[in-house]
Amino acid sequence: MTTTQNLTSATEAAIKPPRRFAFITRSAATLWANWKSRLGLIILACFILVAIFAPLLAPYGASQDGFERNADASPEHWFGTTAAGEDVLSQLIYGSQISVAVGFIAGLLSTIVAMVIGLSWGYIRGFGADVINFIVNLFLVIPGLPLMIVIAAYLQNGGLVMIVAVIVITGWAWGARVLRAQTQTLRSRDFVTAARFSGEPAWRIVFKEILPNMTSIIAGGFFGAATSAILAEAGLEFLGLGDSSIVSWGTILYWAQNSNALLTGQWILLFAPGLCIALLALSLTLINFGVDAISNPRLREGKSR
Amino acid sequence: MMYVLRRIGFFLLTLWAAVTLNFLLPRMMPGSPTDAAIAKLAQNGPVTDATRKAIEAQLGVPDGNIFEQYLGYLHQVITLDFGVSYTFYPQSVSEMVWQAFPYTVILVGFVTIIAFVLGTLIGVLTAWKRNTWLDALPTLTGSFASTFPYFWTALLLLFFLGYVLHLFPTSGAFGPTATPALTWDFFTDVLYHAALPALTILITSLGGWIIGMRNAMINTLGDDYVTFAEANGLKGRTVAIRYAARNAILPNLTGFGLALGGVVGGSVLVEQVFGYPGIGYLLFNAVIGQDYPLMQALFLMITVSVLIANFLVDIMYGVLDPRTRR
Repeated sequence: MTTTQNLTSATEAAIKPPRRFAFITRSAATLWANWKSRLGLIILACFILVAIFAPLLAPYGASQDGFERNADASPEHWFGTTAAGEDVLSQLIYGSQISVAVGFIAGLLSTIVAMVIGLSWGYIRGFGADVINFIVNLFLVIPGLPLMIVIAAYLQNGGLVMIVAVIVITGWAWGARVLRAQTQTLRSRDFVTAARFSGEPAWRIVFKEILPNMTSIIAGGFFGAATSAILAEAGLEFLGLGDSSIVSWGTILYWAQNSNALLTGQWILLFAPGLCIALLALSLTLINFGVDAISNPRLREGKSR
Repeated sequence: MMYVLRRIGFFLLTLWAAVTLNFLLPRMMPGSPTDAAIAKLAQNGPVTDATRKAIEAQLGVPDGNIFEQYLGYLHQVITLDFGVSYTFYPQSVSEMVWQAFPYTVILVGFVTIIAFVLGTLIGVLTAWKRNTWLDALPTLTGSFASTFPYFWTALLLLFFLGYVLHLFPTSGAFGPTATPALTWDFFTDVLYHAALPALTILITSLGGWIIGMRNAMINTLGDDYVTFAEANGLKGRTVAIRYAARNAILPNLTGFGLALGGVVGGSVLVEQVFGYPGIGYLLFNAVIGQDYPLMQALFLMITVSVLIANFLVDIMYGVLDPRTRR
């Protein structure tokens, strides 16, 4: 089934003149054909829809309080209420906005940084490459979360902008290294040599000739960066290093721990926000299984031994 | 030999860069510890210049130009004298760090090695039994568990195994009656208290090793020498372990040093939840108390430890893979 689809799309591509964005529909089809990434896409779509329509879906306001405190689950409050008398379900629904937005923005920004640095680093040779090599390796070995915690501590409650900035500063190095390796293998190919001989400037060769050949790796890097951004944001919020007045999954857990939800026995309050973080991160990881299969054909569903 | 020298060179260079970064970080940030302290005071009323001077003197704000400060800082690092902690006054920063250090090293070190060995073995199995339930089950549960936020796994384990079932202690590194000594009782008590933090790190980090080893192994299984070994009629297990897995383990090992940084970061969150008196818990307290000297020393300690671990893995890699030694 899949083989026939691939064959027809290959012949079509050979007959028609190449369309610039045809790869998007083709990769989407490949992702959809893999059951893991299909599941991931469905979960991700659910979270994005919940984030967009949060005001319609949530039964109460995000920080609307005045309900009974520390209440257990009831028909009025499906997931109970917090220690400040807020509805847990509404907080969860509004919290999805923060996680989805931070994951998307921080993931996108660190992918762009990784792309610019990784590609130029893979293309240039000599002393410049050694210098970048050193900087990237330095950023790779410095533990990310402690660095984030220290920067966040110095910046004192910078809020979401600070968190996104910190995540980007600490999170681009891995993507840059992967992209550099790929650029290095591509730079000696004939089409690059041809482009160089026809007098194209270096930046054009890198971003117009080499870049389009690694869209799947860049996409994989984006989903990976978004996953770690979501986890990092939740971690910083949980430690109370973000803006603890906003409603996000991390701050729900921060307040839950601070108000001793462990002792009052409100397990839903502890369970639900973390499960949401894990599911959102899982959806991106699952999508990446499909992306990996695009960039590495050996990982495609092969036969068992 | 050349390889080892290069690794030593890189190690020393990164060490210097990390030490310098630690020096620059607070100086690049807007505001200063003095400003933060004054902002706190200012909530209660206006702050005079004299108070400001007094705070600066108390916090030991460095004077002189940036080069003199840098030299002074390097001297501090070499002599391991980071001054006095603000929050745990009159204890010195070095004292605090050395008290917490063994707990984290033992916790993170042991668990990471266990997770690596276990994950690699499971990874070999999943790649070999590809597309059967023996592949799908560990791969899916592993990748699901690796998306669990550290602090969430920690909170859930603490709640269910600690508070509800009372199977494990809920905080600390040893019981209130135990006295730190080199006795068997104290040792088992420490292990008992480390069980939940260790389990948290294991659950969250195992999946990455499984997936990494599985992908590396699938790649080697596609290589010609594996097909050749199979064609020669070697036993399945021999091909899997002695041909494919032996070669697939190298890329997975490279990840070891890097993953360690992630686990150390995660242990900050885990230690905070369990009140486990390691480096991470101390870092959290330093941040909350705006204890900048302690924070700086801890960050340096964490970075240098991870650098050393990476260096050791690099050297080991050189021993295992003759190609790197050329």
